[in-house]
Amino acid sequence: MTAPPVLELQGVTKAYGDAEVLRGVDLAVPEHEAVALIGASGSGKSTLLRCVDLLEEIDDGDVLLDGEVITDPSVDPVQARRRLAMVFQSFNLFPHLTVLENVLLAPSRAHGMPRAEAAQAANELLARFGLAGREADYPDRLSGGQQQRVAIIRALATRPRALLLDEITSALDPELVGEVLEVVRELKSEGMTMLIATHEMGFARDVADEICFLHDGRIVERGDPRRLLSQPEQPETQRFLRRLLEAGRL
Amino acid sequence: MVLGALAALILTSKGWHNVRNTFFDWGAFKDAFPDVLDGFWLDVKIFTIVEVAVLVLGLVVAITRSTRAPAFFPLRMLAATYTDVFRGVPVILVVYLIGFGIPALELSGVPSDPVVLGGVALALSYAAYVAEVYRAGIDSIHPGQTSAALSLGLTPVQATRHVVLPQAVRRVVPPLLNDFIALQKDVALVSILGPLEAFRVAQIEASSTFNYTPLLAAAALYLAVTIPMARIVDRLAARDRLLRSAGAPV
Repeated sequence: MTAPPVLELQGVTKAYGDAEVLRGVDLAVPEHEAVALIGASGSGKSTLLRCVDLLEEIDDGDVLLDGEVITDPSVDPVQARRRLAMVFQSFNLFPHLTVLENVLLAPSRAHGMPRAEAAQAANELLARFGLAGREADYPDRLSGGQQQRVAIIRALATRPRALLLDEITSALDPELVGEVLEVVRELKSEGMTMLIATHEMGFARDVADEICFLHDGRIVERGDPRRLLSQPEQPETQRFLRRLLEAGRL
Repeated sequence: MVLGALAALILTSKGWHNVRNTFFDWGAFKDAFPDVLDGFWLDVKIFTIVEVAVLVLGLVVAITRSTRAPAFFPLRMLAATYTDVFRGVPVILVVYLIGFGIPALELSGVPSDPVVLGGVALALSYAAYVAEVYRAGIDSIHPGQTSAALSLGLTPVQATRHVVLPQAVRRVVPPLLNDFIALQKDVALVSILGPLEAFRVAQIEASSTFNYTPLLAAAALYLAVTIPMARIVDRLAARDRLLRSAGAPV
Protein backbone atom coordinates (compact mmCIF):
# COMPACT_ATOMS: atom_id res chain seq x y z
CA MET A 1 0.00 0.00 0.00
CA THR A 2 1.32 3.42 -0.87
CA ALA A 3 1.41 6.15 1.74
CA PRO A 4 -1.54 8.55 1.69
CA PRO A 5 -0.89 12.07 0.47
CA VAL A 6 0.34 14.44 3.18
CA LEU A 7 -2.65 16.69 2.59
CA GLU A 8 -5.96 15.81 1.10
CA LEU A 9 -9.24 17.69 0.69
CA GLN A 10 -12.44 15.83 -0.06
CA GLY A 11 -15.51 17.80 -1.10
CA VAL A 12 -14.69 20.74 1.13
CA THR A 13 -17.39 23.41 1.22
CA LYS A 14 -17.42 26.65 3.12
CA ALA A 15 -19.89 29.53 3.15
CA TYR A 16 -20.00 32.82 5.01
CA GLY A 17 -23.72 33.31 5.43
CA ASP A 18 -25.14 33.19 1.91
CA ALA A 19 -21.78 33.60 0.22
CA GLU A 20 -20.44 30.20 -0.81
CA VAL A 21 -16.68 30.51 -0.93
CA LEU A 22 -15.74 26.86 -1.47
CA ARG A 23 -18.13 24.57 -3.34
CA GLY A 24 -16.75 21.08 -3.04
CA VAL A 25 -12.98 21.17 -3.44
CA ASP A 26 -11.00 17.95 -3.94
CA LEU A 27 -7.25 18.19 -3.76
CA ALA A 28 -4.23 16.10 -2.82
CA VAL A 29 -0.66 17.09 -2.04
CA PRO A 30 1.65 14.05 -2.02
CA GLU A 31 4.80 14.07 0.05
CA HIS A 32 7.64 16.27 -1.28
CA GLU A 33 5.35 17.84 -3.85
CA ALA A 34 4.10 21.38 -4.24
CA VAL A 35 0.62 22.24 -5.45
CA ALA A 36 -0.04 25.81 -6.56
CA LEU A 37 -3.48 27.39 -6.31
CA ILE A 38 -4.07 30.15 -8.83
CA GLY A 39 -7.15 32.21 -9.48
CA ALA A 40 -8.55 35.70 -9.23
CA SER A 41 -8.82 37.50 -5.89
CA GLY A 42 -11.90 36.23 -4.13
CA SER A 43 -11.81 32.84 -5.85
CA GLY A 44 -11.34 31.14 -2.48
CA LYS A 45 -7.59 30.49 -2.38
CA SER A 46 -6.98 32.05 1.03
CA THR A 47 -10.13 30.56 2.52
CA LEU A 48 -9.03 27.14 1.29
CA LEU A 49 -5.67 27.47 3.04
CA ARG A 50 -7.27 28.77 6.23
CA CYS A 51 -9.66 25.80 6.21
CA VAL A 52 -6.76 23.38 5.83
CA ASP A 53 -5.03 24.98 8.84
CA LEU A 54 -8.34 24.79 10.76
CA LEU A 55 -8.42 28.56 11.19
CA GLU A 56 -11.88 28.40 9.62
CA GLU A 57 -14.45 25.70 10.21
CA ILE A 58 -15.61 23.94 7.07
CA ASP A 59 -19.29 23.26 6.45
CA ASP A 60 -18.93 19.94 4.69
CA GLY A 61 -16.29 17.54 3.41
CA ASP A 62 -13.02 16.43 5.02
CA VAL A 63 -9.47 17.63 5.34
CA LEU A 64 -6.95 14.82 5.82
CA LEU A 65 -3.42 15.12 7.13
CA ASP A 66 -1.33 11.98 6.57
CA GLY A 67 -4.58 10.08 6.05
CA GLU A 68 -6.20 11.29 9.27
CA VAL A 69 -9.38 13.36 9.07
CA ILE A 70 -8.35 16.47 11.02
CA THR A 71 -11.71 18.21 10.51
CA ASP A 72 -13.37 15.51 12.61
CA PRO A 73 -14.85 17.02 15.80
CA SER A 74 -12.91 14.51 17.89
CA VAL A 75 -9.57 15.86 16.66
CA ASP A 76 -7.99 18.63 18.71
CA PRO A 77 -7.39 21.45 16.21
CA VAL A 78 -4.35 22.62 18.20
CA GLN A 79 -2.67 19.24 17.74
CA ALA A 80 -3.45 19.25 14.01
CA ARG A 81 -2.15 22.80 13.53
CA ARG A 82 1.11 21.84 15.21
CA ARG A 83 1.80 19.51 12.30
CA LEU A 84 1.23 22.27 9.72
CA ALA A 85 2.58 25.77 9.34
CA MET A 86 1.22 28.73 7.46
CA VAL A 87 2.87 31.87 6.06
CA PHE A 88 0.61 34.86 5.49
CA GLN A 89 0.41 37.59 2.89
CA SER A 90 0.84 40.30 5.54
CA PHE A 91 3.68 38.45 7.36
CA ASN A 92 1.89 38.68 10.73
CA LEU A 93 5.16 38.77 12.63
CA PHE A 94 4.73 39.58 16.31
CA PRO A 95 5.86 43.23 16.53
CA HIS A 96 6.56 43.13 20.27
CA LEU A 97 9.05 40.28 19.92
CA THR A 98 12.50 40.28 18.37
CA VAL A 99 13.27 38.24 15.27
CA LEU A 100 14.71 35.42 17.37
CA GLU A 101 11.79 35.52 19.83
CA ASN A 102 9.35 35.36 16.92
CA VAL A 103 11.03 32.20 15.68
CA LEU A 104 11.37 30.64 19.15
CA LEU A 105 7.89 31.30 20.52
CA ALA A 106 6.14 28.28 18.98
CA PRO A 107 8.94 25.70 19.34
CA SER A 108 9.44 26.50 23.02
CA ARG A 109 5.83 27.18 24.04
CA ALA A 110 3.77 24.93 21.77
CA HIS A 111 6.15 22.15 20.73
CA GLY A 112 7.95 21.61 24.01
CA MET A 113 11.37 21.86 22.43
CA PRO A 114 14.18 22.52 24.91
CA ARG A 115 15.01 26.19 24.59
CA ALA A 116 18.72 25.68 23.88
CA GLU A 117 17.99 23.22 21.10
CA ALA A 118 15.27 25.46 19.65
CA ALA A 119 17.57 28.49 19.78
CA GLN A 120 20.33 26.64 17.97
CA ALA A 121 17.97 25.50 15.23
CA ALA A 122 16.53 29.01 14.93
CA ASN A 123 19.96 30.60 14.62
CA GLU A 124 20.95 28.09 11.95
CA LEU A 125 17.81 28.82 9.94
CA LEU A 126 18.28 32.58 10.26
CA ALA A 127 21.89 32.33 9.15
CA ARG A 128 21.00 30.08 6.26
CA PHE A 129 18.45 32.51 4.86
CA GLY A 130 20.63 35.58 5.17
CA LEU A 131 19.37 36.95 8.45
CA ALA A 132 22.41 36.41 10.66
CA GLY A 133 22.98 39.48 12.80
CA ARG A 134 19.29 40.46 12.80
CA GLU A 135 18.27 38.16 15.68
CA ALA A 136 17.83 40.97 18.21
CA ASP A 137 16.06 43.38 15.85
CA TYR A 138 12.36 44.05 16.02
CA PRO A 139 10.40 43.22 12.85
CA ASP A 140 9.73 46.90 12.05
CA ARG A 141 13.45 47.40 11.50
CA LEU A 142 13.46 44.87 8.65
CA SER A 143 12.53 45.26 5.01
CA GLY A 144 9.38 43.54 3.78
CA GLY A 145 11.41 40.81 2.14
CA GLN A 146 13.36 40.21 5.32
CA GLN A 147 10.18 40.16 7.37
CA GLN A 148 8.60 37.57 5.13
CA ARG A 149 11.74 35.44 5.27
CA VAL A 150 11.56 35.59 9.07
CA ALA A 151 7.92 34.50 8.83
CA ILE A 152 8.93 31.52 6.69
CA ILE A 153 11.69 30.63 9.13
CA ARG A 154 9.23 30.96 12.02
CA ALA A 155 6.99 28.45 10.26
CA LEU A 156 9.88 26.09 9.46
CA ALA A 157 11.07 26.15 13.07
CA THR A 158 8.01 24.12 14.06
CA ARG A 159 9.16 21.32 11.70
CA PRO A 160 5.84 21.06 9.87
CA ARG A 161 4.71 18.16 7.69
CA ALA A 162 3.57 20.69 5.11
CA LEU A 163 3.83 24.43 4.54
CA LEU A 164 0.81 26.51 3.59
CA LEU A 165 1.84 29.68 1.74
CA ASP A 166 -0.88 32.30 1.33
CA GLU A 167 0.17 34.78 -1.40
CA ILE A 168 3.36 35.42 0.47
CA THR A 169 4.73 37.94 -2.05
CA SER A 170 1.55 39.96 -2.69
CA ALA A 171 2.33 42.58 -0.05
CA LEU A 172 5.95 43.03 -1.16
CA ASP A 173 7.54 45.68 -3.34
CA PRO A 174 8.40 44.09 -6.70
CA GLU A 175 12.15 44.20 -6.10
CA LEU A 176 11.76 42.18 -2.88
CA VAL A 177 9.69 39.35 -4.38
CA GLY A 178 12.70 37.46 -5.71
CA GLU A 179 14.49 36.97 -2.40
CA VAL A 180 11.36 35.45 -0.85
CA LEU A 181 10.58 33.14 -3.76
CA GLU A 182 14.20 32.00 -3.72
CA VAL A 183 13.66 30.67 -0.19
CA VAL A 184 10.60 28.70 -1.32
CA ARG A 185 12.49 27.25 -4.31
CA GLU A 186 15.21 26.09 -1.95
CA LEU A 187 12.68 24.47 0.37
CA LYS A 188 11.10 22.70 -2.57
CA SER A 189 14.43 21.33 -3.70
CA GLU A 190 14.83 19.88 -0.21
CA GLY A 191 11.53 18.08 -0.51
CA MET A 192 9.24 20.26 1.61
CA THR A 193 5.57 19.50 0.94
CA MET A 194 3.73 22.70 0.10
CA LEU A 195 0.33 24.08 -0.79
CA ILE A 196 0.86 27.50 -2.34
CA ALA A 197 -1.68 30.20 -3.18
CA THR A 198 0.04 32.61 -5.54
CA HIS A 199 -0.30 35.30 -8.19
CA GLU A 200 3.23 34.70 -9.48
CA MET A 201 2.67 32.45 -12.52
CA GLY A 202 6.35 32.09 -13.38
CA PHE A 203 7.07 30.96 -9.85
CA ALA A 204 4.12 28.54 -9.90
CA ARG A 205 5.38 27.06 -13.16
CA ASP A 206 8.90 26.56 -11.78
CA VAL A 207 8.17 25.26 -8.34
CA ALA A 208 4.82 23.46 -8.51
CA ASP A 209 4.24 19.86 -9.50
CA GLU A 210 0.62 20.64 -10.17
CA ILE A 211 -1.37 23.84 -10.66
CA CYS A 212 -5.02 24.10 -9.68
CA PHE A 213 -7.08 26.93 -11.12
CA LEU A 214 -9.70 28.01 -8.64
CA HIS A 215 -12.75 29.85 -9.92
CA ASP A 216 -15.83 30.70 -7.93
CA GLY A 217 -15.06 28.21 -5.17
CA ARG A 218 -14.35 25.27 -7.49
CA ILE A 219 -11.21 23.83 -9.02
CA VAL A 220 -12.10 24.33 -12.66
CA GLU A 221 -8.89 22.97 -14.13
CA ARG A 222 -5.79 21.26 -12.84
CA GLY A 223 -2.71 19.74 -14.30
CA ASP A 224 0.94 20.00 -15.19
CA PRO A 225 2.07 23.63 -14.71
CA ARG A 226 3.55 24.07 -18.22
CA ARG A 227 0.58 22.56 -19.95
CA LEU A 228 -2.02 24.44 -17.90
CA LEU A 229 -0.35 27.81 -18.27
CA SER A 230 0.39 27.48 -22.00
CA GLN A 231 -2.62 25.46 -23.19
CA PRO A 232 -5.51 25.95 -20.77
CA GLU A 233 -8.56 23.89 -21.71
CA GLN A 234 -11.37 25.51 -19.75
CA PRO A 235 -12.81 28.85 -20.92
CA GLU A 236 -12.53 30.34 -17.38
CA THR A 237 -8.85 29.43 -17.22
CA GLN A 238 -8.26 30.86 -20.68
CA ARG A 239 -10.00 34.10 -19.72
CA PHE A 240 -8.02 34.40 -16.46
CA LEU A 241 -4.68 33.80 -18.15
CA ARG A 242 -5.50 36.16 -21.01
CA ARG A 243 -6.25 38.92 -18.52
CA LEU A 244 -2.94 38.29 -16.75
CA LEU A 245 -1.19 38.40 -20.10
CA GLU A 246 -2.81 41.71 -20.97
CA ALA A 247 -1.78 43.11 -17.59
CA GLY A 248 1.80 42.04 -18.33
CA ARG A 249 1.78 39.63 -15.38
CA LEU A 250 2.53 36.44 -17.31
CA MET B 1 -5.11 87.97 28.74
CA VAL B 2 -8.24 86.05 29.66
CA LEU B 3 -6.50 84.85 32.79
CA GLY B 4 -5.43 88.37 33.64
CA ALA B 5 -8.94 89.69 33.20
CA LEU B 6 -10.29 86.86 35.32
CA ALA B 7 -7.72 87.55 38.04
CA ALA B 8 -8.54 91.25 37.99
CA LEU B 9 -12.24 90.46 38.23
CA ILE B 10 -11.70 88.25 41.25
CA LEU B 11 -9.20 90.51 43.02
CA THR B 12 -11.40 93.60 42.67
CA SER B 13 -14.62 91.84 43.64
CA LYS B 14 -16.43 93.01 46.75
CA GLY B 15 -16.08 89.70 48.58
CA TRP B 16 -12.41 89.10 47.75
CA HIS B 17 -11.24 90.34 51.11
CA ASN B 18 -13.40 87.81 52.93
CA VAL B 19 -12.51 84.99 50.55
CA ARG B 20 -8.83 85.70 51.01
CA ASN B 21 -9.18 85.44 54.75
CA THR B 22 -11.23 82.24 54.78
CA PHE B 23 -9.54 80.35 51.89
CA PHE B 24 -6.01 81.73 51.64
CA ASP B 25 -4.93 82.08 55.22
CA TRP B 26 -1.26 81.10 55.26
CA GLY B 27 -1.26 80.59 59.02
CA ALA B 28 -4.23 78.26 58.87
CA PHE B 29 -2.63 76.43 55.96
CA LYS B 30 0.51 75.79 57.97
CA ASP B 31 -1.46 74.69 61.03
CA ALA B 32 -3.66 72.28 59.12
CA PHE B 33 -1.11 70.87 56.71
CA PRO B 34 0.51 68.21 58.99
CA ASP B 35 -2.89 66.73 59.94
CA VAL B 36 -4.13 66.78 56.37
CA LEU B 37 -0.89 65.18 55.21
CA ASP B 38 -1.39 62.43 57.81
CA GLY B 39 -4.82 61.85 56.35
CA PHE B 40 -3.40 61.87 52.85
CA TRP B 41 -1.25 58.82 53.57
CA LEU B 42 -4.48 56.91 53.97
CA ASP B 43 -5.49 58.14 50.49
CA VAL B 44 -2.17 56.97 49.09
CA LYS B 45 -2.57 53.58 50.73
CA ILE B 46 -6.12 53.21 49.44
CA PHE B 47 -5.43 54.20 45.84
CA THR B 48 -2.28 52.11 45.62
CA ILE B 49 -4.06 48.95 46.69
CA VAL B 50 -7.20 49.76 44.69
CA GLU B 51 -5.14 50.40 41.54
CA VAL B 52 -3.56 46.95 41.75
CA ALA B 53 -6.98 45.35 42.32
CA VAL B 54 -8.44 47.34 39.41
CA LEU B 55 -5.66 46.26 37.04
CA VAL B 56 -6.25 42.59 37.84
CA LEU B 57 -10.06 42.62 37.99
CA GLY B 58 -10.37 44.80 34.87
CA LEU B 59 -8.13 42.43 32.93
CA VAL B 60 -10.09 39.36 34.01
CA VAL B 61 -13.37 41.00 32.97
CA ALA B 62 -11.92 42.18 29.66
CA ILE B 63 -10.55 38.74 28.78
CA THR B 64 -13.84 37.13 29.73
CA ARG B 65 -15.73 39.48 27.45
CA SER B 66 -13.27 38.92 24.61
CA THR B 67 -13.47 35.12 24.54
CA ARG B 68 -15.47 33.62 21.71
CA ALA B 69 -15.98 30.09 23.00
CA PRO B 70 -19.71 29.27 23.33
CA ALA B 71 -19.05 27.59 26.69
CA PHE B 72 -18.15 30.99 28.14
CA PHE B 73 -21.49 32.55 27.23
CA PRO B 74 -22.83 32.77 30.81
CA LEU B 75 -19.57 34.28 32.06
CA ARG B 76 -19.58 36.73 29.14
CA MET B 77 -23.08 37.82 30.04
CA LEU B 78 -22.08 38.23 33.68
CA ALA B 79 -19.05 40.34 32.73
CA ALA B 80 -21.13 42.49 30.37
CA THR B 81 -23.78 43.07 33.03
CA TYR B 82 -21.11 43.97 35.56
CA THR B 83 -19.49 46.60 33.33
CA ASP B 84 -22.87 48.04 32.32
CA VAL B 85 -24.06 48.39 35.92
CA PHE B 86 -20.88 49.72 37.51
CA ARG B 87 -20.13 52.15 34.71
CA GLY B 88 -23.67 53.42 34.79
CA VAL B 89 -23.98 54.09 38.52
CA PRO B 90 -22.30 57.16 40.06
CA VAL B 91 -19.23 56.18 42.09
CA ILE B 92 -20.57 57.99 45.15
CA LEU B 93 -23.68 55.81 45.06
CA VAL B 94 -21.62 52.64 44.90
CA VAL B 95 -19.59 53.84 47.88
CA TYR B 96 -22.82 54.49 49.81
CA LEU B 97 -24.45 51.20 48.89
CA ILE B 98 -21.42 49.06 49.69
CA GLY B 99 -20.14 51.12 52.62
CA PHE B 100 -23.46 51.27 54.46
CA GLY B 101 -25.33 48.35 52.90
CA ILE B 102 -22.87 45.55 53.53
CA PRO B 103 -22.37 46.21 57.27
CA ALA B 104 -26.16 46.48 57.65
CA LEU B 105 -26.48 42.90 56.45
CA GLU B 106 -24.58 41.84 59.60
CA LEU B 107 -22.97 38.92 57.83
CA SER B 108 -20.24 37.15 59.76
CA GLY B 109 -16.81 37.03 58.19
CA VAL B 110 -17.51 39.98 55.92
CA PRO B 111 -15.32 43.00 56.69
CA SER B 112 -17.12 46.05 58.02
CA ASP B 113 -14.09 48.36 58.09
CA PRO B 114 -15.17 51.45 56.11
CA VAL B 115 -11.70 51.79 54.56
CA VAL B 116 -11.92 48.27 53.16
CA LEU B 117 -15.51 48.68 51.98
CA GLY B 118 -14.76 52.07 50.43
CA GLY B 119 -11.79 50.54 48.63
CA VAL B 120 -13.94 47.66 47.39
CA ALA B 121 -16.52 50.12 46.07
CA LEU B 122 -13.87 52.14 44.24
CA ALA B 123 -12.27 49.00 42.83
CA LEU B 124 -15.60 47.69 41.53
CA SER B 125 -16.45 51.01 39.87
CA TYR B 126 -13.07 51.62 38.31
CA ALA B 127 -12.47 48.02 37.21
CA ALA B 128 -15.58 48.38 35.03
CA TYR B 129 -14.00 51.35 33.24
CA VAL B 130 -10.58 49.76 33.05
CA ALA B 131 -12.05 46.54 31.65
CA GLU B 132 -13.40 48.54 28.71
CA VAL B 133 -10.01 50.18 28.21
CA TYR B 134 -8.33 46.77 28.11
CA ARG B 135 -11.01 45.48 25.77
CA ALA B 136 -10.47 48.34 23.35
CA GLY B 137 -6.77 47.43 23.39
CA ILE B 138 -7.49 43.75 22.75
CA ASP B 139 -9.87 44.61 19.91
CA SER B 140 -7.24 46.88 18.32
CA ILE B 141 -4.85 43.97 17.74
CA HIS B 142 -5.15 42.72 14.17
CA PRO B 143 -6.82 39.27 13.93
CA GLY B 144 -3.86 38.17 11.78
CA GLN B 145 -1.79 38.10 14.97
CA THR B 146 -4.07 35.47 16.49
CA SER B 147 -4.19 33.53 13.20
CA ALA B 148 -0.39 33.45 13.08
CA ALA B 149 -0.13 32.33 16.69
CA LEU B 150 -2.72 29.56 16.24
CA SER B 151 -1.22 28.39 12.96
CA LEU B 152 2.12 27.96 14.74
CA GLY B 153 0.44 25.57 17.15
CA LEU B 154 -0.15 27.81 20.15
CA THR B 155 -3.34 27.16 22.09
CA PRO B 156 -5.93 29.97 22.13
CA VAL B 157 -4.90 30.77 25.72
CA GLN B 158 -1.21 30.92 24.74
CA ALA B 159 -2.04 33.12 21.77
CA THR B 160 -3.84 35.54 24.08
CA ARG B 161 -1.17 35.41 26.75
CA HIS B 162 1.96 35.70 24.58
CA VAL B 163 0.78 37.53 21.47
CA VAL B 164 -2.40 39.56 21.97
CA LEU B 165 -2.18 40.80 25.57
CA PRO B 166 1.41 42.09 25.54
CA GLN B 167 0.59 44.25 22.54
CA ALA B 168 -2.84 45.30 23.81
CA VAL B 169 -1.60 46.33 27.25
CA ARG B 170 1.21 48.43 25.80
CA ARG B 171 -1.29 50.33 23.70
CA VAL B 172 -3.62 51.16 26.58
CA VAL B 173 -1.09 52.34 29.18
CA PRO B 174 -1.87 56.07 28.63
CA PRO B 175 -5.68 55.72 28.93
CA LEU B 176 -5.19 53.40 31.93
CA LEU B 177 -3.11 56.00 33.73
CA ASN B 178 -5.76 58.57 32.90
CA ASP B 179 -8.32 56.49 34.74
CA PHE B 180 -5.89 56.27 37.66
CA ILE B 181 -5.77 60.05 37.89
CA ALA B 182 -9.53 60.06 38.24
CA LEU B 183 -9.33 57.27 40.81
CA GLN B 184 -6.75 59.12 42.93
CA LYS B 185 -9.14 62.04 43.30
CA ASP B 186 -12.17 59.87 43.89
CA VAL B 187 -10.56 58.29 46.95
CA ALA B 188 -11.96 61.39 48.70
CA LEU B 189 -15.39 59.76 48.29
CA VAL B 190 -14.41 57.18 50.90
CA SER B 191 -14.63 60.05 53.41
CA ILE B 192 -18.41 59.77 53.44
CA LEU B 193 -17.99 56.46 55.26
CA GLY B 194 -15.98 58.17 57.99
CA PRO B 195 -12.28 57.31 57.57
CA LEU B 196 -9.95 60.21 58.29
CA GLU B 197 -8.44 60.70 54.85
CA ALA B 198 -7.16 64.07 53.63
CA PHE B 199 -10.46 65.58 52.52
CA ARG B 200 -12.26 64.46 55.68
CA VAL B 201 -9.50 65.85 57.93
CA ALA B 202 -9.54 69.13 56.07
CA GLN B 203 -13.32 69.29 56.34
CA ILE B 204 -13.21 68.75 60.10
CA GLU B 205 -10.53 71.40 60.57
CA ALA B 206 -12.43 73.81 58.38
CA SER B 207 -15.67 73.43 60.32
CA SER B 208 -13.95 73.78 63.69
CA THR B 209 -12.13 77.01 62.74
CA PHE B 210 -14.62 78.44 60.23
CA ASN B 211 -11.72 78.77 57.84
CA TYR B 212 -11.64 76.81 54.58
CA THR B 213 -7.89 76.97 53.99
CA PRO B 214 -7.36 73.34 55.15
CA LEU B 215 -9.35 72.26 52.09
CA LEU B 216 -6.76 73.99 49.95
CA ALA B 217 -4.08 72.02 51.75
CA ALA B 218 -5.92 68.84 50.73
CA ALA B 219 -6.26 70.13 47.17
CA ALA B 220 -2.52 70.78 47.02
CA LEU B 221 -1.83 67.22 48.11
CA TYR B 222 -4.16 65.71 45.50
CA LEU B 223 -2.46 67.83 42.86
CA ALA B 224 0.93 66.66 44.09
CA VAL B 225 0.09 63.14 42.91
CA THR B 226 -2.21 63.79 39.96
CA ILE B 227 -0.05 66.33 38.12
CA PRO B 228 3.05 64.11 37.98
CA MET B 229 0.80 61.30 36.80
CA ALA B 230 -0.61 63.52 34.06
CA ARG B 231 2.93 64.38 32.91
CA ILE B 232 3.78 60.65 32.77
CA VAL B 233 0.71 60.09 30.59
CA ASP B 234 1.79 62.93 28.27
CA ARG B 235 5.29 61.55 28.01
CA LEU B 236 4.14 58.00 27.26
CA ALA B 237 1.72 59.25 24.63
CA ALA B 238 4.46 61.35 23.02
CA ARG B 239 6.85 58.41 23.07
CA ASP B 240 4.25 56.22 21.39
CA ARG B 241 3.77 58.78 18.63
CA LEU B 242 7.51 59.12 18.15
CA LEU B 243 8.09 55.38 18.00
CA ARG B 244 5.21 54.85 15.63
CA SER B 245 6.43 57.52 13.23
CA ALA B 246 9.98 56.17 13.43
CA GLY B 247 8.69 52.70 12.63
CA ALA B 248 10.12 51.21 15.79
CA PRO B 249 8.34 48.61 17.88
CA VAL B 250 5.55 49.97 20.00
